[in-house]
Amino acid sequence: MNEINFEKDFSPLPPASYFLPPASSKSYWQDVRSRLKKDPLAVVGLIIIILVLAMAVFGPMLSSYEYDEQDYMVSNEAPSLEHLFGTDLFGRDIFVRVLYGARISLAVGFLASIISLFIGVIYGGISGFAGGQVDNIMMRIVDVIYSVPAMIYVILLMVVVGPGLKSIFITLGISYWAPMARIVRAEVMRLKNEEFVLAARVLGASSKRILLRHLIPNAMGPILVTLTFSIPGAIFTEAFLSFVGLGVSAPMASWGVLCNDAIGSLAIYPYQLFFPAAAISITILAFNFLGDGLRDALDPKLRK
Amino acid sequence: MTGRYIFRRVLASLLTLFIIITITFFMMRAIPGGPFTDEKAIPSFVLEKIMERYHLNDPLYVQYGRYLLNILRLDLGPSYRYEGMTVNELIANSFPVSFEVGAIALILALLIGIPAGIISALRRGKWQDRLAMILSVLGVTVPNFVIAAALVYIFSWQLGWVTVGFWEGISTAILPAVTLAGYPAAFISRLIRSSMLEILGQDYIRTAYSKGLSERAVIYIHALKNAVIPLITYLGPLTAGILTGSFVIEQVYGVPGLGTFFVTSITNRDYTTIMGVTIFYSAILVFFNLITDVILAFIDPRIKLR
Repeated sequence: MNEINFEKDFSPLPPASYFLPPASSKSYWQDVRSRLKKDPLAVVGLIIIILVLAMAVFGPMLSSYEYDEQDYMVSNEAPSLEHLFGTDLFGRDIFVRVLYGARISLAVGFLASIISLFIGVIYGGISGFAGGQVDNIMMRIVDVIYSVPAMIYVILLMVVVGPGLKSIFITLGISYWAPMARIVRAEVMRLKNEEFVLAARVLGASSKRILLRHLIPNAMGPILVTLTFSIPGAIFTEAFLSFVGLGVSAPMASWGVLCNDAIGSLAIYPYQLFFPAAAISITILAFNFLGDGLRDALDPKLRK
Repeated sequence: MTGRYIFRRVLASLLTLFIIITITFFMMRAIPGGPFTDEKAIPSFVLEKIMERYHLNDPLYVQYGRYLLNILRLDLGPSYRYEGMTVNELIANSFPVSFEVGAIALILALLIGIPAGIISALRRGKWQDRLAMILSVLGVTVPNFVIAAALVYIFSWQLGWVTVGFWEGISTAILPAVTLAGYPAAFISRLIRSSMLEILGQDYIRTAYSKGLSERAVIYIHALKNAVIPLITYLGPLTAGILTGSFVIEQVYGVPGLGTFFVTSITNRDYTTIMGVTIFYSAILVFFNLITDVILAFIDPRIKLR
């Protein structure tokens, strides 16, 4: 230790290890994950989402009631140990119905968001990558879509396609891709002049490959944030549609249908509205928390 | 420069409206089964007469051309379900009610949202900020029909202050307006908060302080003026939110407005009315977006250059 190491102590250059990344260096996504873990609200949001998902998948199996099982002996009963959330007019257990509703509402949220993700990413990717006149025309179309209240078009489409679960997936999917397209386009525009794209091009990669393998994966952060916010948006819209009478049909019940059913008897049995309403609100809140946290974790500069 | 910009924006808005009308028209025609296929079978000769009366036997492009010409004359056609009524009359009857509720809601949203945003920006991290943020998160996450139901339950059933279910003008407009204001108020307060925070850190604010201006003058004259610009950009979506929010709110409260009417016409499969109301809503929104752009062009000269 006391020996003088000439190379180390007198070398004009710092040691070779200086030029290597430190051993503990984290990848971008590891960094994001560790930042996300430090955000209590985001963690709470994530836990709630996982819990709600687990309840939706396994909950109905554990309960001794069926969601469409009617029992007129116990109609409109207040919450008790027998029926945790009480029963509705037909004596159906509201707890099980809320759990089943979670299946439908979450399925709508995820599937509709994934459909709009695909459309938005491909549309925005092509628009941003092509640039010029193609981009101009494609974005004009998005502007037109933006200037129509989405809800009106969803309603119109639902009238055309007819009510039902499949229609909701499709309708929401093809109605809400515009924000995703804008974000992906902006990201692709920003990234396409970077050197790694040039490098890929020099190596002979096709445009399709550059877009799908290089540009879009690098835009994953903003895409993920938009996705997290579009899921509660879809759940919200489905609740809204069901409320207007364009959603899923009985005896299937999403959270929106459950709320709608409960409004009529609100004066006497307010608990029938409370549970599905709380389920919607908590889930949407959780997604919002997670989305906010994710946005901050992906880009700490944006934190305000 | 400004003139040409406005001209271009007006043209773009008209083009947007034209596209919307076209899409709406062909979507309504794409519905399987005519508008008169009903549960109870109509004798074929009656159906023939009806089809003739509404010109539904003409080729599609003739119908489309006629519809476009009628819209140029601001005529949205007859209703299929309300005998002897035109869509124009139906809108003229119900829109004023929605407008009244919507206007109150808009004023409420601004009166609540702007001060809440300013206060939480100035008291950043203090309890005022926390409270405002919690409330605004609730405003964004709780569906408005749930808020509506909760308000009805509290103020109508429990306290008995207001009656719900029939329309008595302004006194029955308050609860729906409060409900409708919830989401926009929450959104506005978040918007104002973040733009206020950004602006308070800028050099010209420090300059204003160092000139010896009072805090009040700095905030209300120098900072607020720039903090409301994002709010103006939000004018279009804000209108859309209040318009579409009213579909459900009006139903819960039994307000005889355009929202209730729209939903009824959907249930009735009254296609001309659905089409007419859709175009009417879109026209309002396109108009508000146009106004927003024009106002912004006057406020911020950089926008025109884009």
